[in-house]
Amino acid sequence: MSVLKAENVGISYKVNKQWIGAVREFGITVEPGEIYGIVGESGSGKSTIARGLIRYLPSNGRTEPGSRIEFLGEDISAAPPAQMRNIWGARMNLVPQNPMAALNPSIRIGKQIAELIGAHTDLSREAIMDRVIDGLERVNLADPEKLVERFPHEISGGQQQRVMIAMALSTSPKLLVLDEPTTALDVTTEAVILELVRDLIKEDETAAVYVTHNLGVVAQICDRVIVMYAGEIMADAPVYDLFYKPLHPYTIGLLNAIPQPGQTKRDRPLQTIPGRPPSLADLPQGCVYAPRCPLAIEICQTKPPLEAPEAGRLVRCHRWKELADGSINPRTVYATDEDAIITDTLDEEREPLLELDSLYKYFPTRRTVQDIIKGEKPSPVRAVDGVNMTVNRGRTYGLVGESGSGKTTLSKVVIGLFEKTGGEMILMGVELPAALRGRDRETLADLQMIFQNPQNSLNPYLTVGQSIRRPLMKLGGLSRTEAETEVRRLLKAVNLREEYATRYPNELSGGEKQRVAIARAFASNPMLILADEPVSALDVSVQSAVLNLLARLQKDRDAAYIFISHDLSVVSYLADYIAVMYLGHLVEVGEAQELHQPPLHPYTEALVSAIPIPDPARREDPVLLNENIPSARDIPSGCRFHTRCPRKIGAICETDAPPWRADGEGHYIRCHIPIDELIEAQRKTLPEVEHS
Amino acid sequence: MDNIQRIVQGVLRFIRQLFGDPQTAVGTTIVLLFLFLAFFGNALAPYGANETGDIPVSAAPSTQHPFGTDTLGRDVFSRVMIGTSSIFQKAGLGTLLAVLIGTVIGLYIGYQGGWIDEATSRVIDALLAMPALLLALVILGVIRNLSLEQGSLQFLLARNSVLLVIAVVYVPIVARVVRSSTLEIKTREFVQAARIRGESLGYILFREIFPSVVPTLVVEASLRFSYAIFLVAALGFLGIGANPPTPDWGLMVEEARGGNYNIAPWALNFPAAAIALLVVGVNLMSDGIKNIVQKSE
Amino acid sequence: MIRFLLRRLAFFVLTLFLTSLLIFALTRVLPGDVAQVILGREATDAALEATREELGLNEPLLVQYVDWAASFFTGDLGQTFSSPRRDINELLGARVLNSGRLAALTLLLAVPLAVTLGVVAGLSEGKFADGLISILSLSVVSLPEFVTGLFLINVVALGMRQLPIIQSLDWWFPASSSINPNATFSEALPFLWLPAITATLVLLAYVIRLVRAGVIEELKKDYVNTATLKGIPRRRVVFNHVLRNALIPTVTVIATSTGWLLSGLVVIEFVFNYPGLGRLLIFAINNRDLPLVQAIVMVTVVIILIANFTADILYAVLNPRIKLA
Ligand code: SF4
Ligand code: SF4
Repeated sequence: MSVLKAENVGISYKVNKQWIGAVREFGITVEPGEIYGIVGESGSGKSTIARGLIRYLPSNGRTEPGSRIEFLGEDISAAPPAQMRNIWGARMNLVPQNPMAALNPSIRIGKQIAELIGAHTDLSREAIMDRVIDGLERVNLADPEKLVERFPHEISGGQQQRVMIAMALSTSPKLLVLDEPTTALDVTTEAVILELVRDLIKEDETAAVYVTHNLGVVAQICDRVIVMYAGEIMADAPVYDLFYKPLHPYTIGLLNAIPQPGQTKRDRPLQTIPGRPPSLADLPQGCVYAPRCPLAIEICQTKPPLEAPEAGRLVRCHRWKELADGSINPRTVYATDEDAIITDTLDEEREPLLELDSLYKYFPTRRTVQDIIKGEKPSPVRAVDGVNMTVNRGRTYGLVGESGSGKTTLSKVVIGLFEKTGGEMILMGVELPAALRGRDRETLADLQMIFQNPQNSLNPYLTVGQSIRRPLMKLGGLSRTEAETEVRRLLKAVNLREEYATRYPNELSGGEKQRVAIARAFASNPMLILADEPVSALDVSVQSAVLNLLARLQKDRDAAYIFISHDLSVVSYLADYIAVMYLGHLVEVGEAQELHQPPLHPYTEALVSAIPIPDPARREDPVLLNENIPSARDIPSGCRFHTRCPRKIGAICETDAPPWRADGEGHYIRCHIPIDELIEAQRKTLPEVEHS
Repeated sequence: MDNIQRIVQGVLRFIRQLFGDPQTAVGTTIVLLFLFLAFFGNALAPYGANETGDIPVSAAPSTQHPFGTDTLGRDVFSRVMIGTSSIFQKAGLGTLLAVLIGTVIGLYIGYQGGWIDEATSRVIDALLAMPALLLALVILGVIRNLSLEQGSLQFLLARNSVLLVIAVVYVPIVARVVRSSTLEIKTREFVQAARIRGESLGYILFREIFPSVVPTLVVEASLRFSYAIFLVAALGFLGIGANPPTPDWGLMVEEARGGNYNIAPWALNFPAAAIALLVVGVNLMSDGIKNIVQKSE
Repeated sequence: MIRFLLRRLAFFVLTLFLTSLLIFALTRVLPGDVAQVILGREATDAALEATREELGLNEPLLVQYVDWAASFFTGDLGQTFSSPRRDINELLGARVLNSGRLAALTLLLAVPLAVTLGVVAGLSEGKFADGLISILSLSVVSLPEFVTGLFLINVVALGMRQLPIIQSLDWWFPASSSINPNATFSEALPFLWLPAITATLVLLAYVIRLVRAGVIEELKKDYVNTATLKGIPRRRVVFNHVLRNALIPTVTVIATSTGWLLSGLVVIEFVFNYPGLGRLLIFAINNRDLPLVQAIVMVTVVIILIANFTADILYAVLNPRIKLA
């Protein structure tokens, strides 16, 4: 019997006294041991349906009459909370996105899990505690006896999420709903959690619904996938078919918008989906995707039915047959952004723009009682701890590393938001003053920044025009009228219409805001732009357009980028060179395209292998790292990575700082293992990359 | 230009929202009514504040004296009307002054941080350790015993001492609220973008940060205003914020209590009701403002 | 934890120091000639000189401050200036006791009531009970304490006496207070009811508002979803999870309301003619007795700071997140 069977489910929210349909005509059937992915962008309704399926909606939400949700053969579509309480926790559990918020901050971990078990069994206190400890062991948490006494804030995010998983599995539920459980985690931790979830679900024969925006995660973990858009199912298919035989233009768009491992901007530009998702309050008449669909024709003004091209597949598109029989080539559905094609090569040597020479940034910490007793100075946080790096004109440098590696601090020291503690920064042959105050107008104009969060990077009380005009006048020295003209030119350059100049940020979508932020950064004609995770807050379909835009502007304006990201596939797509940072210093520097082949620093190797590859045929076991990243106050001796390194060769790694090793072609690795041996060892483990 | 237009539009929309919800509309109407009296009460009052003449003493409310007369034969209705202006001057202008100064301090220390912030915050804490009423009593108690030359600056200040005291006791509170709001806003990326452009301190504080503080500030100001009315009334009642025969609401209540209450209860009830009504109005309005601000965020 | 305590303690001392400077500045420096203020405009030169001598006003300001501050540490506050001259220590002792009783009874009445109402309102946000409670607290908060006080005197204490049945209740509600300084708490109780009820009303709305906001904020948190989805009864979700976190800040709320309460008492004691610290302050101000004013204000501030300090520590003890800080 299916664990969960839903048909024709509709969910609405009451917003400003009006009911808005967030999900319409949803259906799903989940079998035991099956992981069913629901993938979509923000606003697609994926989280709403996840909560709707377990009948746990916010107070302004309701399940539409006519919806049918069957759980273990029992109709729960209208079950009152009192009835659901017998099911929740016992046979149906949720793993939420943010484990820190989902755990009660003032109750010990053991007690929180025990409460769940206690509510659904008659076990004795001791027996419950035993089960808690067993459960924590199952999710590979070390020292569970001690852990149960801890409070949530005392453990790391990855550990918290394992606690949530242990809790969710502690009553052996029949259905597990996972709502973006790894989105808040580092890629290395994500890999660990994904593997864990996959194994445990298969082992327990649990049925799982896995909600995510990340197609890589879908490919790695799901058996079947539903693609949602604007509250409707666009496609429903086994994971392999979805990736290899996509039948819906939207699915094709999503797949073409993400960089494949090894793909760089020099290979071909990413394809982009034009426009933005519709507002739920104002949906298009026919196909909801029609305004953005390159294949839209006359008939698309009527709503396409959900059809079954073959058993076990559903698609909602009038033209799926043409895609199925090959009369439409999925590769050419979306236009390629010709402007973003890069033709130059890295062979040409460019002159140095910015040189960092043993750059340091320490943050003082408060003295602890122990420090006072021992009479010691408190050890500072060594956020940036001796970085040497050269940035050449017109090139892109990707800076990668887990959170806490110091990459953001490094960029803020260069831009002047933090003042360096030591070392030198040379900009075009001249010493770059540490403080913003000390920098003259030209220097300020030369260095600009693009921030992560488009929500906050524009002042909500200034129009787009005002935001872009300010640097033009202040740094570019333009008059008011000259600046107005330039604003229009810049808006055009970032593919926004002129009338955006008079709009306020709250009238713009996330992607549009980020374009404005990019226009503002380019306003002063900078030589170097620091971009700190500029696309990580954006949806996939918007992300590729912004990446292409960055590539094109670089070509036109010859600006250099330092591009910071946790997403290695994005970095290796856009960057020319990569610098890998770990605990305040660099461990590897080289050309971006070398990132996917040996030799790699063992840390880089782990990062690369942790990327969830958007290809269900390639589910290699990643190199798993433990999550205990040492604190930057207390950096390990010898090689900083030795506490986590899977390739550690012995005591030397703990005592001696490793040397930089060069492969003779501009690729440098800081490790005790010689280059040849690294190549030899990694040839066996690293995934092959096909270059297109 | 578009800025001015936007501000005007914003204010208009705000006023429309104030009247959009019944509770808030009632509150706003009450406040506006009193504000009207504050400006025109003096001209509209049928009698002078201390006019006695042939008026009957302790007369019950009648068409001639809607609120009756007090034990000295003064028309309570007129005195309440005339007294409105003094409460708005003291509480209203005092709050306004506190908001202005507190905002500047709060923006500055919140943005600058470091030891300036640390030191100022400690002083603010020390000031807040003393309840507002106590602080006001001590300052006023000292000031009113000073012998000052007429026409000197000190004399002028002392004449407006209640207004100034309201400002003094509320500056630290406003500064603290603005500071904490600034602390949050300054981490937003548009402020960093301004710093990277090398913008001046003044530009960053007032053009970049200040607009985002305004919603919080409006809520805080309306709350402060209602407390200020309380404070002014209490000071008058304790005989320290106003001297007889001023038609101060608090003082009127004090003069009419005790034995006088048995003779002319209306002389106590009406000014007391006026205070309560105004505070209800301000509170309803301030609740409404809070909701509007929260919704727009 | 130790570090936290030390920090709080340092903070306490610093605030006390700054406040004492402030009081000193207000009562010694602001007036210009303190002797003149105390003795009034018609004082003779000789009398002025004598007063200056007694208060040490001819010394440099720094010496004056140190002397003055030292008097607090040694617990010798000197004498009042208004006649009859009395020992400030003795006078304050009795008054602090009286105000303390009033405050204690008020807290006893107000805190449980306010917390209950606040929790109820928070849990039923936007529903009938919430609306009722917020209307009630709004109307209470809009009445100045002297208005409520006078109302209680005129209607409850005096007015109800007209009714024969109530006359027997005279013990409960005397209209004014003339407490024997040595009265026990139960002897004093009849005089405390009305002022305490007045003070309770003042406090009530303030605490309800904060508790309600706290509960609403906690209810929005994600862990409430986790708890609900455990399938445990709503009652357990509320008591074991929501209130546990929502009520921790209430400790601080109660402490900060001490300051609020003490200033409310100034007015209330004046209305009820209750012999507490607040009425003494008004008396001192009206009689220009600056040394007495200083002493009263300092004592009040110390009480408030101790309350805040205790609350900080309680908060840290109750909140596991602080322990390691
Ligand atoms: S129905 Fe038409 S508009 Fe919709 S996805 Fe298919 S082709 Fe595109
Ligand atoms: S030096 Fe040793 S510990 Fe460090 S990365 Fe190389 S092998 Fe690993």
